[in-house]
Amino acid sequence: MLKDEDRIFQNLYNDSGADIESSKLRNDWNGTKEILEKGREWIINEVKSSELRGRGGAGFPTGLKWSFAPKEVGSRPHYLVINADESEPGTCKDRDILRFEPHKLIEGCLIASYAVNAHKCYIYIRGEYFNEGQKLQTAIDEAYKNKLIGKNALNSGWDLDIYIHYGAGAYICGEETALLESLEGKKGQPRLKPPFPALIGLYGCPTIINNVETVAAVPTILRRGAKWFSSLGRAKNTGTKIYCISGNVNNPCNVEEEMGVPLKELIETHAGGVVGGWDNLKAVIPGGSSMPMLPKEICDNIKMDFDACVENKTGLGTAGIVVINNDQDIIKCMARIARFYKHESCGQCTPCREGSGWMWRMLERMAAGEATPDEVDMLFDVTKQIEGHTICAFGEGSSWPVQGLIRHFKNEILERNKFDPVVKKNKNIPYLVDQHLLEKENA
Amino acid sequence: MSVKKIHKEQPETFEFSDKSMEAANKIVSNYPKGKQQSAVMALLYIAQRQNDNWIPLQAMKYIAKFLDMPYIKVYEVATFYSMYNLSPVGKYFFQVCTTTPCMLRGAYDLVKVCKNKISEKENVLSEDGKISWMEVECLGACVNAPMMQVNDDYYEDLNDKKLEEIIETIYQNKIPKSGSYSGRINAEPVNNRKTLLGNKNA
Repeated sequence: MLKDEDRIFQNLYNDSGADIESSKLRNDWNGTKEILEKGREWIINEVKSSELRGRGGAGFPTGLKWSFAPKEVGSRPHYLVINADESEPGTCKDRDILRFEPHKLIEGCLIASYAVNAHKCYIYIRGEYFNEGQKLQTAIDEAYKNKLIGKNALNSGWDLDIYIHYGAGAYICGEETALLESLEGKKGQPRLKPPFPALIGLYGCPTIINNVETVAAVPTILRRGAKWFSSLGRAKNTGTKIYCISGNVNNPCNVEEEMGVPLKELIETHAGGVVGGWDNLKAVIPGGSSMPMLPKEICDNIKMDFDACVENKTGLGTAGIVVINNDQDIIKCMARIARFYKHESCGQCTPCREGSGWMWRMLERMAAGEATPDEVDMLFDVTKQIEGHTICAFGEGSSWPVQGLIRHFKNEILERNKFDPVVKKNKNIPYLVDQHLLEKENA
Repeated sequence: MSVKKIHKEQPETFEFSDKSMEAANKIVSNYPKGKQQSAVMALLYIAQRQNDNWIPLQAMKYIAKFLDMPYIKVYEVATFYSMYNLSPVGKYFFQVCTTTPCMLRGAYDLVKVCKNKISEKENVLSEDGKISWMEVECLGACVNAPMMQVNDDYYEDLNDKKLEEIIETIYQNKIPKSGSYSGRINAEPVNNRKTLLGNKNA
């Protein structure tokens, strides 16, 4: 288990308050000015050598992303956008950072905006997190009052303004380009990439978009050094991560652990074990609903980091671990996830808009045992038609969980669905095409 | 993409109150000059708060003029996002999360209670007109499942009995307390905390 002093988010459970005084006791805003004085190059190189990867799901190296921002500010200003539109089912880590560690986020915003030459930072919070947004606003006001941000922040000569922008209940706005559209006051429909936001983003200006957890981790990394951060976990999968363990466990919780911690240890030690014991485990969704599920055999041994998950044909995603035990109907669970994606598709690309509905309806029928055995392969084909044929990664996100189900639980679906469409006697089902054959003898 | 119905009976006019106007101007100043369209989402919220938690068409027209943008663009935004109510909802608007993590822990028991105690169908007001409910997608408090949102507040770690109590409290004109109903603090594991114990005891 990770030592307590190595945890970045000391106030994850709000033991000591989120206000600026308590935050300073936790070392927030300690030596921030000195960090800024070491310069852009140093900050970006330090983040690069810490091998910090984005915590929003894709795991893109943060230092590399920052280095994509143009070195000199041209005619267009730069923007920093923080993605706090946390809507992935199974994930609720950013909520606790917004509520209980807002000063880590604000300090991270200052460092990041300095590194990418931005004077304005927008924090896009999902609309449902209204109270969390208010708490963050209180912290931002405190920071302005203490001259930590604003004009000549910390006497460093750098100006930074931070604004909160509330979303309004659209999952797709967590996709970075949809988020930018939404921030511009439009429907949240993703843009084609390239051009990438680092060059043409918000209002057509260079924009760097980072997840809350990523940015909030940066100040601690720079204070304690990249070496400390990269000594945790393993190469390319360094540092710590907040895991959200939900579903059929005895004590669902958020917990910060080292990257690469075994899944079994997370569930058994922190979440009090699977309801009904480890042997009652059916499957685990390791990284939020859009990552393919893992059956028990793989859960026994898998380590939770980006590369280990990819080796097992899934992904770490946002590290929202959803535990499903044998008391649940696994097909029904996936049908509900498919309904989520049907509801949240933005409607821009046809394969996703139509396909997400198809997947949901087919899975509902499979859960009820009304499908034919052939339809399982047909469903798999539908997922393949969606995956890779859409503007954004929502297509993958909606089809991977269904592929995961078919990959690991195909036999269970086949056992339940034995409906034979060939009509042997007149069933009076008007939509079956070979009905007319029944009227002729010897047909 | 949710299908939304515009309410049949629309008010004739809509104008921001002084308080709303002040808030709206402050929001517009958050964005660069000429990019005031960015404020449309926040302004729709302001209109919704002012107008008993729903947005009439006149408010969209008003906001379009206010931000100097086409009415259809405001309409597009109002119909795209699910948190804008385009027809009246109860004073207490229950949104019950039923996505898989909540479903695994019994969200559909909550739906049953809502059907029995509030109204058989979603988005229909209760008999005294105070509460309406609907199923929603993930609200992002999965470790506190099952949960629901009433107006701005989250009610977490519920079960059918606790939800019945909450509804009864509202019927008795009292406001139930928000937060977790299992006695735990935020997102820590109940009775099983193994981390950051030094802070807890400090």
